[in-house]
Amino acid sequence: MKHKYDTIVIGGGPAGLASAIKATKLGLKTLIIEKTERLGGIPLQCIHEGFGVIYFKQNLTGPEFSYKLIKEVDRLSIDYITSGYVSEINILSDEAKQVKVISPKGYQVFETKTLIYAAGAREKTLHEINVVGDRVSGIFTAGEAQALMDIYGVMPGREVVIIGSGDVGLILTRRLILEKAKVKAVIEAMPYPGGLVRNIVQCLKDFDVPLLLGHVVKEIRGRKRVEKVVVEKVDENLKPLGESFSITCDTVIISAGLLPHVRMLRELGVKMDPLTRGPIVNDFFETSIRGVFVAGNALIVNDLVDYVVEQGENAAEGAYSLITKKYVRQQNIPVLFDDNIRFVVPQRITKTSDVVFYLRVKRPMKDVKIIFEEIDKVFVFSKARPSEMIRVKIKKKDLGDIKDKLHVRLYSDASPQT
Amino acid sequence: MPVRKLKYTCIVCPQGCEIEVVISDNEIKEIKGFKCIRGKRYVTEEVLAPKRTLITVLHCKNGDYPTVSVKTSKPIPKEKMFEILEYLSKIVLEAPVDIGDIVIRNIFDSGVDIIATRPCRKV
Ligand SMILES: Cc1cc2nc3c(=O)[nH]c(=O)nc-3n(C[C@H](O)[C@H](O)[C@H](O)COP(=O)(O)OP(=O)(O)OC[C@H]3O[C@@H](n4cnc5c(N)ncnc54)[C@H](O)[C@@H]3O)c2cc1C
Ligand code: SF4
Repeated sequence: MKHKYDTIVIGGGPAGLASAIKATKLGLKTLIIEKTERLGGIPLQCIHEGFGVIYFKQNLTGPEFSYKLIKEVDRLSIDYITSGYVSEINILSDEAKQVKVISPKGYQVFETKTLIYAAGAREKTLHEINVVGDRVSGIFTAGEAQALMDIYGVMPGREVVIIGSGDVGLILTRRLILEKAKVKAVIEAMPYPGGLVRNIVQCLKDFDVPLLLGHVVKEIRGRKRVEKVVVEKVDENLKPLGESFSITCDTVIISAGLLPHVRMLRELGVKMDPLTRGPIVNDFFETSIRGVFVAGNALIVNDLVDYVVEQGENAAEGAYSLITKKYVRQQNIPVLFDDNIRFVVPQRITKTSDVVFYLRVKRPMKDVKIIFEEIDKVFVFSKARPSEMIRVKIKKKDLGDIKDKLHVRLYSDASPQT
Repeated sequence: MPVRKLKYTCIVCPQGCEIEVVISDNEIKEIKGFKCIRGKRYVTEEVLAPKRTLITVLHCKNGDYPTVSVKTSKPIPKEKMFEILEYLSKIVLEAPVDIGDIVIRNIFDSGVDIIATRPCRKV
């Protein structure tokens, strides 16, 4: 039947495309539903290099990366709908879900055995970072500024202050400067930069852009357009130190991080993890609802697209194993972790296949040992930073000794300053 | 000639070694702090002839997007970046442009091409 699928993928970014490709190769009849007019996701507007070094063994720009996946989708003749708005999802049973979609093709109802949710992340807004001030024009999120510049060819402003020193903010800083804007400062609340060393060097130091660590933007002021920001010094716990000054500028760009886009999942009743702000999943990235899988930035905010693709493929394998009853997923063993770890994904394991764990540390650390206690697995890293997600893989055969829980411990000798 | 000491952060791998270079008479006298030969090579090039891959967007007429994103086929000398960007900002392409198309060949006789990294379909 035309309207029946084995899996429906929501979101046509790297995670969704990778999961659809994998699912199709595993023999599943697959449909991708994408909200915008194009497949490709966020990388379409990330025109810098740095994509696919691990997955394609090539240093590609964002659009080149996405189009490699899109080509594969075309080659495999995978069904997709663009400009598709998912108006409703109904969980009919463990093996059946219904998805209603409105698109230029009209209103369509699909039935599917499984769902892979890959809707990416959304940007934090001004309210979420406690900035007050005048309602003026000239305030953008990083994604908006990037789309203006690199899709529409329009400059967001001339004298810019960037809030947040994560990779997104740093890369945007370089783009603005190359297009002849002046970046007056990058303001970072934490005492260390959020982005990769490579980006600090190539995006800030190359152009002598001041990076104000341990500072926050308190207010944005202006009449019609932004005229200045008021910046305040803070301590490690973000407590104001009573020292503030202003920087004149006509544009403020907020690059304060991303959060998994989970509204649709929440409405379905999927259980969330307050630490990742995404859903709680097992090692197949299956959520608390059987047959609903998640991948990419909708699961955890990733800095590397290569891991996003890996997550998409894993979710597809999860869907495949559920449909073919290859694994019986009776076990749901919780993963616990130490206080110096920000999160570990997956939060549950089934012990039925190899597991890739993704985790982030809370602060920069040196000589880090990560120990999976019950099975005596030790991983050593010379450096760990919150901005670089750690990935470790454990083989199924090594999971044997785990009983009712798995404890991840992290030991570190010292904290480097950078 | 004065002796200069410069500090670099190696960006070749995530270790991010802090590398110190001593320069006099435009010659490298000493490099220290690298953990492997790739770091030494990186810093040598950074000091003597820093290069970057240039990325930007070009305007494009009659396409589904108003722009085409592009990159240089090879890293170019850092000091040439703004000059090339200035030139590129005046270029207007015409759709269709395919990903991988060479949109400008051998720019400024530098042996470097400008390559499209995003398609622009004709509408
Ligand atoms: C500025 C910036 C720079 C980056 N630089 C790098 C880099 O150099 N190297 C690197 O490896 N990674 C980089 N990344 C990270 C990488 O882009 C992401 O990890 C990756 O795009 C995540 O893929 P995704 O498919 O999960 O999400 P996205 O790419 O966000 O795709 C999600 C898709 O889902 C669609 N969607 C959303 N809601 C719905 C809905 N309700 N129904 C249907 N469709 C929906 C969206 O339109 C979008 O197409 C960068 C990210 C940013 C923002
Ligand atoms: S010197 Fe070698 S080890 Fe150190 S950052 Fe550079 S490439 Fe990595």
